[in-house]
Amino acid sequence: MSPHWKDKDLQLIIGNLLRGGVLLSTAIVFAGGIVYLIRHGQQLPAYKTFHLQAPEFTTISGIFKGVWEGHGRAIIQLGILVLIATPIARVAFSILGYFVEKDYLYMAITFLVLCIILFSMLGGFGG
Amino acid sequence: MTILVFTGIILSGSFVAGLLGSLTGLGGGVVIIPMLTLLFGVDIRYAIGSSLVAVIATSSGSAVAYVKEGFSNIRLGMFLEIATTTGAILGAFLAIYAPTHLIAVIFGTILILSSAANYLNRRALPEVKGSDLAIRLKLNSQYPDGEGGWHTYGVRRVWGGFSMMTLAGVLSGLLGIGSGALKVLAMDNIMRVPFKVSTTTSNFMIGVTAAASAGIYLYRGYIEPGISMPVVLGVLGGAYFGSRILTNAKSPGLRVVFTVVVIILAVEMIYNGVTGKI
Repeated sequence: MSPHWKDKDLQLIIGNLLRGGVLLSTAIVFAGGIVYLIRHGQQLPAYKTFHLQAPEFTTISGIFKGVWEGHGRAIIQLGILVLIATPIARVAFSILGYFVEKDYLYMAITFLVLCIILFSMLGGFGG
Repeated sequence: MTILVFTGIILSGSFVAGLLGSLTGLGGGVVIIPMLTLLFGVDIRYAIGSSLVAVIATSSGSAVAYVKEGFSNIRLGMFLEIATTTGAILGAFLAIYAPTHLIAVIFGTILILSSAANYLNRRALPEVKGSDLAIRLKLNSQYPDGEGGWHTYGVRRVWGGFSMMTLAGVLSGLLGIGSGALKVLAMDNIMRVPFKVSTTTSNFMIGVTAAASAGIYLYRGYIEPGISMPVVLGVLGGAYFGSRILTNAKSPGLRVVFTVVVIILAVEMIYNGVTGKI
């Protein structure tokens, strides 16, 4: 038996959670896409030039507000938020796993990785 | 062309990209950006944003398969993610300030280099004994030999690999790609990790690396829902179809053709960047 068998068991559970997250996010993106296409499908696309987007599509609070108002594009962004959260959730769950294994070195390493990612989220949203 | 037609075309193109990426093992993200910018004239920043999202989707979706095979070295991946996530944040900030034509040129160059890297002679000389640092970090591990036993391997030159991983992270954050080829190179050629371990561990790391720059991309408006929607759905559909249904269609010939296509696209990206068209 490999010494890392516990790792593997835990990572399998996490992997299945991730797959669930991807499925959920796909379903949300799909639903948002349908709403978006029904409302705007006959308009002309304007993606050739970069333009600043409304906060409705770029901040977490804005996205939730847009979803509440039933905007298709905001629903798509919600699905994308769920997608971005899946690897972050893996890192967070791994900390728990290393805690159970009493591997404090890797608890610290994993916590550091989580902090770097969260710093990016906060730094990105703040600046 | 209406948004409906545009969405349909991007969806089909992304499906093919995901399919080819999965069949050749080269990843679907590499053709998404040139397809969007060269074929459909989409701004490269939107292309980068949607490609990054597709990279996260394929990495998270395939994590189970990689863990099940038992080759991924999860501790090694986690330790090196300190480097790739830090690099990814740096890269995402660089992307904001770098002019788009420069990004196009860098993208083309990296694309050619990573295609070439896939054909490099892999050093099949895994070492049994790891370096002292690798022992302290518990990076040395085992992988199944396919006959019920285990191969033990050691990890060498930890800091060398760590530096290379930082660079892989910067490129991932700057260009919206998984940087899989560079990650494998760092583990294979520098850290002397066995080939199967480096490939699966790299796939394992790609999603976490990409998530680190995704927040910055989202806030800066790089993730345009109208484009990300067909790209994510298409690439995931293609990758799923490729891994589940066409597992027997993997062939060296297809890989060569795909590499040639990627190199042509890369040259065109560089040309358009130099002439200022992007």
